[in-house]
Amino acid sequence: MQAPALTEAAGTPATAVAVDKTRRNQLWAFAVTGAFLALSLGAMGVNELYVYFTAYLWFGFIYGMCLQYGRFCFSSAFRDLFAVGVPRMLVGIVIATVLFGLTASFVTASGMSAFHAAPFGIHSVVAGAVFGVGMVLAGGCASSSLYKTGEGNFTSFLVILSISVTQAAFVDLGGVFDRLVPASWHASAVSKGLPEAITPGEGVVDQYLAGYVWNQPKATFAELLGLTNESVLGAFVGNLLVGVVLPALAMLVVVYVFWSRKGFLKKRKREGKAPGLAADVAGLWSMVASSKRTAIAGLIIGVAAGLHMFVMKGLRLKFGIDNAAQILTATGHDFGLTVRGTVYDPGYWYVTTQEAQWFGWLFNKLGWNNVDNIFFGWNEGIPNPLYNLAGWMSISLIGGAAVMALLSNEFKWKFPSLELATWALLGGALMGIGARLGLGCNVGAFFVRTANGDVSGWMFGLGMTGGAWLGVRFFKWWTERKMAKEVGLATDLQL
Amino acid sequence: MAMKFEKTADGSYSLDVKGYVCPHPQLYTKSALSKMKAGDLLKLLFDNASSGESIASMCDKEGDEIVEQQTNNGTFVWTIRKA
Repeated sequence: MQAPALTEAAGTPATAVAVDKTRRNQLWAFAVTGAFLALSLGAMGVNELYVYFTAYLWFGFIYGMCLQYGRFCFSSAFRDLFAVGVPRMLVGIVIATVLFGLTASFVTASGMSAFHAAPFGIHSVVAGAVFGVGMVLAGGCASSSLYKTGEGNFTSFLVILSISVTQAAFVDLGGVFDRLVPASWHASAVSKGLPEAITPGEGVVDQYLAGYVWNQPKATFAELLGLTNESVLGAFVGNLLVGVVLPALAMLVVVYVFWSRKGFLKKRKREGKAPGLAADVAGLWSMVASSKRTAIAGLIIGVAAGLHMFVMKGLRLKFGIDNAAQILTATGHDFGLTVRGTVYDPGYWYVTTQEAQWFGWLFNKLGWNNVDNIFFGWNEGIPNPLYNLAGWMSISLIGGAAVMALLSNEFKWKFPSLELATWALLGGALMGIGARLGLGCNVGAFFVRTANGDVSGWMFGLGMTGGAWLGVRFFKWWTERKMAKEVGLATDLQL
Repeated sequence: MAMKFEKTADGSYSLDVKGYVCPHPQLYTKSALSKMKAGDLLKLLFDNASSGESIASMCDKEGDEIVEQQTNNGTFVWTIRKA
C-alpha cells in the first residue's frame, strides 16, 4: 500500500489535512445555517408577523443553495454559448423557466398570484442590452454575483456593491441631466397627478418612468389571446403553453441546430450510428441532459419560485395584509415607507431592488434627499436594511450559497486583481442602470416575467442576449490580446 | 495575480487562471488549447467553480479528454489532452 503524501509544512498526512478541512467546512456550514435559524426563531419570537420575513429568508436560502449547486448563472447561459459554444446553462435556464411557468400557472389559476405584468416596448430591449453587456463584463448576473459572493468571491461582492450603489444614485439623477429628457416625457410625467413631494417633472428616471414607460402597454400572452390570467385556459394555454413552453422549445431547437447538432452527429458517426430524425431527437435530449446538476438546480428553482409566490400570498391572506409596510407599521419600524404608505414587497423572487434600497437608506441617512423620486418615494421606499424584509432574501441567498460551497469544499476567499475589480465595477454599474431602465434584472425582468407569461420578459431577454453577444465579442478580443503576449514568451507556440 | 501560460516540457503546457472569474478561465482555456497540437497536455489551474462546468462541456464537445481532475481547497487542477 502506498503511504499517504506528507505536507511539507507540518509533516501531517495530506489525507488527514483534507479531512480536517472538510470537517471545519461542515462546522461552518452548520454555523451559518444555525445563525439563520436563530434569526428566524428570534424574529418570530418577537412578533408572529415576522413569519413573513422568515418566508423570504428561507426561500432566499434555497435559491442560494440551488444556484451554487447548479453553478446557475444567467450570464453564463448566453455568454458561454457565444464564447465557447456551450449551451449547458441556457438549457438549465430554460428548464427552470418552464418549471416555474408550470407552478406559476397553478398559482395564478388559483387566484393566489401577486404577479403584475410590466410595460413593454423598445425600452425593454434597450435595458436588457445594457444589462447584458454589464453581466458579461462583471463575470456574472445579479443573482450569480450573489451566490458567488457566498463562495467567498470578493470580485462578485464588488459587482453587488456596484449594482447597488449605481441604482441608488441613478434613480435620483437630475440637474443638468434633465436637459436630456424629451419635452414630451416631461409633459406626460407632470400630467400624471403624482404628489408634489415626488417632483415628477424633475429627474431623468422619474420622467422616463412617468413620462414614457407608464404610457407603454402591459400584457401577458393570455391577455393578448383575449383570456384572463386567472382562468384555467389563460393560465395554462395563454401564459404557460404560448408564453413559455413554445418559445422555450423554439429556443432549444435553435440552440441545438446552431451549436450542438454538428458535434453530436460527429460523435454518433464515430460510434457507427446513422443520422436521421431519431438521431436529432437523441441529440436534443443529450443536450438537455448534458449537465445533470444544472438541470436538477433548474428544476428545484423552478418549483421553489412558484411555491414562493403561493406562500407569500397565503401569508398575506393569513395576516390580512396586502403589503409588508403594514407589518413594519405594526411593529413600529415605519421609517422609509413611500408616500403611499407602502414598501417594496414583490411576493416572489427578486434581486436588485432591495440592494438599491440598502444604499438608498444609507444615502438618505448621510443627508441625500432621495425620497423625492418615483423609485424610492413612490414605488419602493427605503426601509432600514434590518427591517427590509425582501432584503433578507438576498442576504440569505448568499448564506445558502456559502453553506453549499462549504459542504462541497468549494468555499475559498478570493480577492480581485485591479483588472477584475475594474470589470466588476464597470459591469455592475451597467447592470444597475439596465435594471432600473428595465424595471428589474435577470431574475425580476426576465426569469419571473417570462415564467408568468409577461411579454416584457422576452423583450428584456432579447436585449440581454444581444448585450451578452457584444460583451463576449469584446472579451474575446481582450483574451486574444493577452494570450498573444503570453504566447510570445512561450516557445514552440505560434499564433 | 495574472494569467500565466507556459510550456513546461515537450508537448506539455500549463495555464494558470487562478483568481479569475467567468468568463476568463473558459476563454483562456479555449484559446490555449487552440494554440496546442493534437495529443499535447494542458495542466489547467483555476478556482472559479462555475468555469469548470463550462470547460468540461467545451472539452466534451471538442473531443478533448480531461485525463485528471483534482480539487484542493477550492483550487481545481485539471489535465486536458487535446484531441
